[in-house]
Amino acid sequence: MRTEEPPPTADGRQELVLERIETFRRRRPRLTDKVVTLAHGAGGKSSAALVDAVFLEAFRNEALESLGDGALLTLPSGEQLAFSTDSYVVRPRRFPGGSIGHLAVNGTVNDLAMCGARPTWLSAAFVIEEGFSVEELTAIVADMAEAAVAAGVTIVTGDTKVVDTGAADGLYINTAGVGVVPAGRRLAADRVIPGDAVLVSGTLADHGVAVMLARGDLDLEADVESDSAALGELVEILLAAAPDTRWLRDPTRGGVGTVCNELAAAAEVAVVLSESALPIRRPVGGACDMLGIDPLYVANEGKFLAVVPAEQAQAALAAMKAHPLGSDAAIIGRIAAEPERIVLLETSFGGSRIVDMLVGDPLPRIC
Amino acid sequence: MKYVDEYRDPAAARVAVRRITELAAGGRDGTGAPYAFMEVCGGHTHTIYRHGIEQLLPETVELIHGPGCPVCVIPMGRVDDAISLAEQPGVIFTSFGDMMRVPGSTSSLLEAKARGADVRMVYSPLDALKIAVKNPDRRVIFFAVGFETTAPSTAVTLLRAREAGIMNFSVFSNHVTIVPPLKAILDSPDLRLDGFLGPGHVSTVVGNRPYDFVSQKYGKPLVTAGFEPLDILQSVVMLLQQFADGRCEVENQYNRVVRDEGNPIAMAILAKVFTLRPHFEWRGLGFIAQSALALNEDFAAWDAERLFDMPGVRVADPKACQCGEVLKGVIKPWECKVFGTACTPETPIGTCMVSSEGACAAYYTFGRLHKTAASLAVAPA
Repeated sequence: MRTEEPPPTADGRQELVLERIETFRRRRPRLTDKVVTLAHGAGGKSSAALVDAVFLEAFRNEALESLGDGALLTLPSGEQLAFSTDSYVVRPRRFPGGSIGHLAVNGTVNDLAMCGARPTWLSAAFVIEEGFSVEELTAIVADMAEAAVAAGVTIVTGDTKVVDTGAADGLYINTAGVGVVPAGRRLAADRVIPGDAVLVSGTLADHGVAVMLARGDLDLEADVESDSAALGELVEILLAAAPDTRWLRDPTRGGVGTVCNELAAAAEVAVVLSESALPIRRPVGGACDMLGIDPLYVANEGKFLAVVPAEQAQAALAAMKAHPLGSDAAIIGRIAAEPERIVLLETSFGGSRIVDMLVGDPLPRIC
Repeated sequence: MKYVDEYRDPAAARVAVRRITELAAGGRDGTGAPYAFMEVCGGHTHTIYRHGIEQLLPETVELIHGPGCPVCVIPMGRVDDAISLAEQPGVIFTSFGDMMRVPGSTSSLLEAKARGADVRMVYSPLDALKIAVKNPDRRVIFFAVGFETTAPSTAVTLLRAREAGIMNFSVFSNHVTIVPPLKAILDSPDLRLDGFLGPGHVSTVVGNRPYDFVSQKYGKPLVTAGFEPLDILQSVVMLLQQFADGRCEVENQYNRVVRDEGNPIAMAILAKVFTLRPHFEWRGLGFIAQSALALNEDFAAWDAERLFDMPGVRVADPKACQCGEVLKGVIKPWECKVFGTACTPETPIGTCMVSSEGACAAYYTFGRLHKTAASLAVAPA
């Protein structure tokens, strides 16, 4: 317990309170819930608590503990593999710009690419509800085949399970993937230093908004398509133009805001974003405004964030912009030393504010 | 989207901030003490934090976050009632998303949903009515919250339900009215406010006249304010201008939307469906007479409070929670004993921490940063 008198000024007292909160926030979240709620799947603090208390506790090992997009594994020959898995439960299964089939391939391919790997092989497992249309299944699998060709990966193994009517909502897909990390390549948060530039490969929030509108319960119509795409090629282009790229991450569930918070915490830096630099399509920004959702927290399925040394930022930007998947790329911020572990947004209005970890998911089941 | 961009123009903001700094120089009555203005609406609070407005203001102007967040003022007992309704057999319970995380005495609607209750998020009461039409064998209840802003849409939904004879739909009304809590705040002995940014959306319905007592009886100026960042700054300018001119009036900054007489059609619809409750409990403010709306006799057949049994027990706020003092502007969110440690947006104790429009949640998520630290980081490199 603190026993000395609190400082007399309001500013001093506020400073103390903020310090106390910061200390409190650095503790790993604890799992106190008795049952699993949707919040545990939303990628925020509840998810972290569940993973910590249940999964890490049981499986603990070095490769898992980094909790990255994928595990980095070293073969006896010295070569490094990236290995990742993800399940797909999006509702509706088809939306403007893609389907659960596209997501199932691109999502796992992108997780591998963010580790710096060249995605190579995929597995695919299907949980199908009794009564599911073979025609729809065939169409979704054709989407997966198409996405695999585009991403340059081969689906080499799989599994099928059918469950009773009501035991699943139509179709769930799990994919796992393996890729080789070229020798000498290391992308990690601990390489990020103050002064680095933060880039995004294109417009924000397209996927989440497209899926939300496709659900049709908002009576909103706008011309918005999901950005689902495989990013392996664009990553290689970036790494060729900016060879000292520090860190990559695809801002899927939880969006750019969540990913920047994870970066700020892992690298013990401040991430300072500029609101006016964020590339957001008008209909997407408009839909978010109307629904009171911050596009910084909305999922993307074909974008990545990159931290590159400031002196390579322009080359990185130019190279990405020359590729169709990177034509809207932008430098959206920079890394600062202070305030540690905080994401700040310079608002286009001229003020500044915190971008915190998201609490509760405004849009469940978007991937 | 030109319409919105005009109200977010940084150049115009700089002009307004300069004017505020000039007008507020020397502080209130030249004492150096800051002018304390309360923004009544949660929507204002959200805008202020989202656009970083506090950091633009001089030290001689302080914004206090008021009670106008409909989620924040719902007492725990009513949340318990909602959960008990949601858990009754055959019920589909519909609610705005914000209400789902609000803690009752033992759990929240979100937790009730995880336990198996059919709780669904809707964006409008009409969506709840649609669910009732689609599920004729289920009883669909809408958890109605909000000020005069949302009450008309509940009323319209009830009129439609009656017209179409949809009898498996009902409303659990927790609608509240804006003037009584303003009076309660003005009557509070620890009041330390110099003026109000008046509620914009509520005023589109009730108009500007109901606030006359604020300037006439209590001698505090009020400017009804819009929700874009420039609206907020302009309203602060108008309040300060009143002090400079020695005036004390009710003014309307949001005149592109708000009429002095409000919206008589909406008011007439409210009168058709609702009746004033003798009293209603407000989170943190206690019981306030004639401050809430119940369904009237004509709509008894759609009134969940008459149709279902529920505990109806008053639950005292947790002892550590100082939501009431925050709502009245007596303390800043960070001055609450449990702020940011026991009470966070993930594990809210008080309602101010639940809704993104709540003063505590807004401060925690957007503003939890000392002014000097913020200016250090955003200063040009």
